Amino acid sequence: MSHVWVWLEQFQGKIPSIVWETMGVARRLADALGTGVTAVWIGGTIADQAGEAIAMGADVVQVIEHPALADFRFEPYLTVLSHLVKEGAPQVILIGSTARGRELAGGLAAELGTAALVDALEVSVEDGRVIAIRPIYEGKLFARTYVERSPAIVTIRGRAFPKPDPDPGRKGEIRRVSIELDPLAFPTEVLEWIQETEGEISLNEARIVVGGGRGVGGPEGFEPLRELARALGAALGATRAVVDAGWIPYKYQVGQTGKTISPDLYIACGISGAIQHLSGLRGVKVIVAINKDPEAPIFKVARYGVVDDLFKIVPALTAELRRRGLAKG
Amino acid sequence: MHIVVPIKQTPDTTATLTVDASGRISWGDAPLIVNPWDEFAIEESLRLKEKFGGRVTVITMGPESAKEALKQAVAMGCDEAILLHDPAFEGSDAVVTAVILAAAIRKLGAVDLVFMGKESVDGNSAQVPPALARRLGWPLLAYVGKIREIDPAGRTIVVERILEEGRQVVRAPLPAVLSAMQMNEPRYPSFMGIRKAARMSIPVWTAADLGLALEQVGASASAARWPVVFAPPKQEVRCEFIQGESPEEIARLLVDRLLAEKVL
Repeated sequence: MSHVWVWLEQFQGKIPSIVWETMGVARRLADALGTGVTAVWIGGTIADQAGEAIAMGADVVQVIEHPALADFRFEPYLTVLSHLVKEGAPQVILIGSTARGRELAGGLAAELGTAALVDALEVSVEDGRVIAIRPIYEGKLFARTYVERSPAIVTIRGRAFPKPDPDPGRKGEIRRVSIELDPLAFPTEVLEWIQETEGEISLNEARIVVGGGRGVGGPEGFEPLRELARALGAALGATRAVVDAGWIPYKYQVGQTGKTISPDLYIACGISGAIQHLSGLRGVKVIVAINKDPEAPIFKVARYGVVDDLFKIVPALTAELRRRGLAKG
Repeated sequence: MHIVVPIKQTPDTTATLTVDASGRISWGDAPLIVNPWDEFAIEESLRLKEKFGGRVTVITMGPESAKEALKQAVAMGCDEAILLHDPAFEGSDAVVTAVILAAAIRKLGAVDLVFMGKESVDGNSAQVPPALARRLGWPLLAYVGKIREIDPAGRTIVVERILEEGRQVVRAPLPAVLSAMQMNEPRYPSFMGIRKAARMSIPVWTAADLGLALEQVGASASAARWPVVFAPPKQEVRCEFIQGESPEEIARLLVDRLLAEKVL
């Protein structure tokens, strides 16, 4: 049995990029520990993704299918995963640091009497022990952490590690595991799903994000930003101030009480740069700030700054991308 | 309805943090606040109390000085407050914190709902809500963006959970453990509330009061270790201001830079 495990999170049969980034980390840890990678697929229907997991680096894929597992629910997923872990006794369990992933990590840690290291930005093996560097205090400080017991549970920050290239020639074993589950033991019911990202690039996975603050002036002020985002194939983001003002829904909010993002490029339009917003920009490679106020704090963290009216600069930027054939949409 | 809100006292999020050679974290003279995520849970619990009746008990694990955070919650409208304090609690990780909170919640007797922030702004781990739900054996409804309905007679709750791709609408039986996203505008303390909080004597529960053995709590019971805390390497960002005769020229120069940075 392999001793590094990865939970294959899926949503409506699709596996998000963060899971494969996590798989890349798992492969590296397994090689360092001289062991293999076991991926765990939990779901309601036939898992075509098992083969994909092998191509991405898994040696064994454990597949657990049950009608009670169709939608993600904390209780049955945790029951299945902890059952498998107690049987298989992995040394390390890696999970993508998503909402579901962090729930499962915490439940699993409590269930197994161990601990989870959340949002790892760096993971290494030293003297046979897994060490994770994770941000604390909204990324103002880092902690070097490890788990004293086994298994060590580590959740991996999205976009902090590269996604491995699939190798269709890789060989692995797909192992179907049957588990007795009493559906009545799990009284939570999923009633409905409200899709909010259809046709949009998700803030968590985006390579480029265009963000808007008070400077956009009102709900309609986001229109040129949307145009630019479309041209860049970027996601749209916003500050808390404009979400509170009702100009744009909460799902776009970036910052302390919103989403934390790590794109390659963040284009901040009419954003002053309050610390609560900046704390959501962890690991952004390049920040471009467009703001009329040359004293705006955003320029202190920006690589490039334009002190001008965003309603002139943003459309000009969209037009320039189109003119050069760089526009995606 | 009896709602319990576990909160945490944290440094103000605008504080500048430093770490000394021994690894001690300091926030200078910046104030300590109620973890902003917990304020959403307090506000939502107060609204439930206003709608359905009942009471809200706020609890925290921390030093004597964490009573200030409890008083803030009472000033907002919470009915009772309890401090969980024992030198033996020091160094507890998320799982062990959940053990301590669970013991306190059980000691409180009949509880319908535990409602807390989705994470703390210092630990940033979001591990206490799931660990606490597991410890209590109650359903977990994490990342709640909206409470759709509560049926106190039928003892069920329906919430919208905010996940990466959208909102999952879930029904669960009560009692349950909820964690809050930014789901409301937390109220300010009222004048009457501040007076009540100032006069209130807050009970302190120790490990013995909770029926916990010393080996069940604190650093020795915790599996997580964080021996080194450090300030991340300072990224020297020098802002290059792009100037031009026209928006078109600025756009052209900016696109040149971004292509060179390989971020387009």
